[in-house]
Amino acid sequence: MTLMQEVITIALCALATMTTRFLPFLVFRANKKTPRYVQYLGKALPAAIFGMLVVYCLKNVSVSAGSHGLPELFAITLVVVLHLWKRNMLISIAGGTVFYMLLVQAVF
Amino acid sequence: MKYGRGVIRIRRMTYLIFGLCDESFSINCSTEVPEGVDKGWFYLFVTLLNQLYWVAGATLGGLLGSFITFNTEGLDFVMTAMFVVIFLEQWLKEKKHYTALIGVLASAGCLLSFGADSFLIPTMVCILCFLTVFRKPIEKAGGIS
Repeated sequence: MTLMQEVITIALCALATMTTRFLPFLVFRANKKTPRYVQYLGKALPAAIFGMLVVYCLKNVSVSAGSHGLPELFAITLVVVLHLWKRNMLISIAGGTVFYMLLVQAVF
Repeated sequence: MKYGRGVIRIRRMTYLIFGLCDESFSINCSTEVPEGVDKGWFYLFVTLLNQLYWVAGATLGGLLGSFITFNTEGLDFVMTAMFVVIFLEQWLKEKKHYTALIGVLASAGCLLSFGADSFLIPTMVCILCFLTVFRKPIEKAGGIS
């Protein structure tokens, strides 16, 4: 990319990001009542969206080829077990990641 | 110069919107703010520190990245682990797991139908449709965060 292309790309990214961040707050002002349907979505969406993000992270895992998704399966199981046991985000995330790195580098 | 509380609140709000990245949202949305702690300042510092870590991390990575010699393969699993943990927290908060299941099943279905490169937008449309159609039972079940 030329310098100009880089500048335009970054400017467009910034514009798109800021539009999506500010728009909802401009449309639904604090002093006006947010529609019930939107309030409902605000409560119902997070669990669904985080479910989507988990699937998104695993989108390139193939069950039929390579390591058959086993490292992911084992590491996610460990993350869940660690989290139910200690309920500490740092331990769950770090433990699962180190275990996953060991699996893909040394075992599979 | 002295600012009134209102002005500070509006400036804080503007910064919070500006800095509302996935990571800050995830933390602010899933953490129970301890009693006696002001929510506004709590959110401000989560967002501000996140931005600082991000900028500092990216700068350090750019400057020193070439000196890292150990094998980082699999390090990107940290993101998967984070989303799994937050998803689990959401799951534990719900009495019934309708919304969590809708998210996972819609994503899995769209991933299979549209492929890994273009399933996000169909998934979001599906999630929105399901949440709208099943609004009554979901609200009735209650317990959604």
